[in-house]
Order: sequence, then C-alpha cells, then structure tokens
Amino acid sequence: MPPVELLLMLLLLATVVVVARLKDLFAAAMLTGIASLLAAGLFVLMDAVDVAFTEAAVGAGVSTVLFLGALSLTSRREKQQERTRILPILIVVATGAALIYGTWDMPAYGDPDAVIHHHLAPELIAETEEKIHIPNIVTAILASFRGYDTFGEVVVIFTAGVGVALLLGGLGLRRRAGHGEEES
Amino acid sequence: MYLAGMAAIVVTMFLALARAAIGPTVFDRILAVNMFGTKTVLLIAVAGFLTGRPEWLDLAIVYTLVNFTGTLAVLRFARFGNLARDDRKPDR
Repeated sequence: MPPVELLLMLLLLATVVVVARLKDLFAAAMLTGIASLLAAGLFVLMDAVDVAFTEAAVGAGVSTVLFLGALSLTSRREKQQERTRILPILIVVATGAALIYGTWDMPAYGDPDAVIHHHLAPELIAETEEKIHIPNIVTAILASFRGYDTFGEVVVIFTAGVGVALLLGGLGLRRRAGHGEEES
Repeated sequence: MYLAGMAAIVVTMFLALARAAIGPTVFDRILAVNMFGTKTVLLIAVAGFLTGRPEWLDLAIVYTLVNFTGTLAVLRFARFGNLARDDRKPDR
C-alpha cells in the first residue's frame, strides 16, 4: 500500500477509536464527519471519485446533520455503562475477522488480470461512445444501460422519504392548512 | 514533491483530528471539522495536480461547497438547537 494511503488509513483508525471512546455525543457526531471525509479522500486516491463524492455529501454532510437532529431530541452525554460487556466485543471482532478473511480472495488493487476487467469492461470501453455518444462511461452505464435499475432505486428512495415524512409530520400539510385559515 | 506535500497535509489533518477529539468547547470541534474538510479539499487538489489529473480540482471545489453548507448547518444547530425553526433567539 502506498505510504499516503497507509497514513490516511491510520488516521481513519485513530478517528474511529476516538469516536468509540468519547462520551460527549456531539463530539462523536463531529468525528464521524471527519471519518467520512477521510474515507472520501481515500476513495479519491483510489480513483473512485464518484463514490468519494457520495461519501463526502452523505457521510460528512447529511448524516452529521441527521445525528445532530437526533441529538437535539435526546441528551448530549452518553449514559454510563455499569460494566463492560464481553459478548458484543466478541461478535464485532468475529465479524471483522470474517470480513478480513473474505478480502484475501479479492484480486489485488489495480490488478489488470482481475476477472472484472475481462468480462464486460473491454466491450463497454470500446463501444459506449459510438453507441450512445456519452463520453463518460460510468454515467452512460448508470443512466442508460442500467437506466431501469437506477429508476427503480430512485423510486425506492422517494417512497422511503415520503413514508418517513408522512410518519413524522404529515409533510406539514395540516399545520400549513391551519395557518392558512388563521391568516385569511 | 508529491510525498512531501501529502505528508504535510496528513500532519495537519492529524492536528485537526486532535483538536476535534480534545475540544474542549463545541466551537473548537466545529472549527476542527471545518478545517479537516479544507484539508480534504487540499489533499484532492494536490493529488490531482501532482499525479497529472488537474480535473480533480472541480471535484475539490464541490467538496468546498459541501463543507461550507455542512458547517453552516452544524453552527445553526449549535446556536438554536434545531435546524428548521427560529423559536429561540440567540443569546448575544
């Protein structure tokens, strides 16, 4: 692993350990934002700029704000644990070990002989531009070749958003209607 | 040159992280996160220019926007306790 990536990984590890140790939840929410920014930086260095941008916008932007919104409804301090629990730590360590074991079978980063670079990618790289005249291949695949898939994702996210909004406050329709009557 | 620039940015990132972890006030932490975002922008810009991908600068500019908006939202939360309403006046 190149030294800069290694340093960023170490910083990420330090951030996560600090988040786990902090009792001040506001500070923990801020530090999760830092962790997202670090992850975004790593993604950029690995040439996945679109993934990195999603990580920065959602991880550092939206979810920090959502955490703070949740904090405004609860307390800012973590409750004291009476005793350390062994079972959750064991489960987390086992899951992490299983995930790391899973990465052993993955091809090395940037390996030109990896299966994924020989299945569909050469044809897509060669033919995308003349087929649908979009220079950015990733965008072409997401918005055209996999257009129905992306459309389905958008519908799912929209439905979830409408559902949550209805559950939380009825989209403010009642309140706004009440205000209208008062004013008129 | 690439390594020196990146190392300098990573060291600054470490300092910002330390400030965010230690605090002690809310505004120290907010400023630390904002600074960390700026360092991420710098990291992308340096990586882009020194590895021959200057188009990453556009990306870095969008990160600046996200960082700015996020900081505004967090500051608003720290002052008013919520994001939408203005029912509590700030104490001057």
